[in-house]
Amino acid sequence: MSDVAERVKKIVVEHLGVEAAQVKEEAKFIDDLGADSLDTVELVMAFEEEFSIEIPDDAAEKIQTVGDAINFITSNAKS
Amino acid sequence: MFDLTGKAALVTGASGGIGGAVARALYGQGAAVVLSGTRAEALEQVRASLGDRAHVVAARMDDAADIERLAKAAEAATGKIDILVNNAGITRDNISMRMKDEEWENVLQVNLTGTFRLTRAAIRGMMRRRFGRVINITSIVGVTGNPGQANYAAAKAGLIGMSKSLAQELASRSITVNCVAPGFIATPMTDALSADQKKAILGRVPADRLGTPEEIAAGVVYLASDEAAYVTGQTLHINGGMAMI
Repeated sequence: MSDVAERVKKIVVEHLGVEAAQVKEEAKFIDDLGADSLDTVELVMAFEEEFSIEIPDDAAEKIQTVGDAINFITSNAKS
Repeated sequence: MFDLTGKAALVTGASGGIGGAVARALYGQGAAVVLSGTRAEALEQVRASLGDRAHVVAARMDDAADIERLAKAAEAATGKIDILVNNAGITRDNISMRMKDEEWENVLQVNLTGTFRLTRAAIRGMMRRRFGRVINITSIVGVTGNPGQANYAAAKAGLIGMSKSLAQELASRSITVNCVAPGFIATPMTDALSADQKKAILGRVPADRLGTPEEIAAGVVYLASDEAAYVTGQTLHINGGMAMI
């Protein structure tokens, strides 16, 4: 669980170029972390690669916060 | 200039006059090229005339599942798609009063919807790699219109609007999206015109001759190159002066 959270946060920090302290679970990618809509697509692609999962479009649209991503991956991840 | 060594291209409609010339030109600049189209034997002939860096993946552009398969197979063959040339196109000419729904729909399906689907599949990898060139082969008639081609002109105009939208969405990822708009080019598609039709057309071409597929391919090579990185959302008209837009 915490391992997933750490890996998700690391990807967000690297991809969006934000400070780790900003990447709280309630932080919204677009409103709080300065992501644009393409960034959110790329984040989903990065999560898919990191965790070897597929995130369908309808699920991806619901992933709006760091916590949403962690929860989705925790309930769907193989690794 | 315009060196494409190390790049991988996917060309649809590659057994046709323009598509074949585009594939040869990209290959000649050093790119690996995946040739796609519906006619597997004709594609094999093009591949045989090229060499080790050429691959064939036949696919139907009116079939969503086949388009997905094409994108995956092309990436599997060359490892990536850096350059996508959407050249596949069909005509079903008829005056509008007589045009069947089927004639309209088939042309839109292949020329516009199929192009969108393949582009959507290909830009995923381009975004990841922060490099991409999408080049859509439209037509002069998409800008000027042409009697008997309401369906074809609508699809080709649609490609221009689609390209401008994609160009704006993807520019920040170093992906450019442009169109090349041929005028009247000597290909099997224009061979079907009667001598009178050709004469009438040439009367409107200041260069006083049909263009060659190689002249279209040269425009594609430019837009595919690193040198054209700052060109996006544009339509390059190659038409002997037939329309100056």
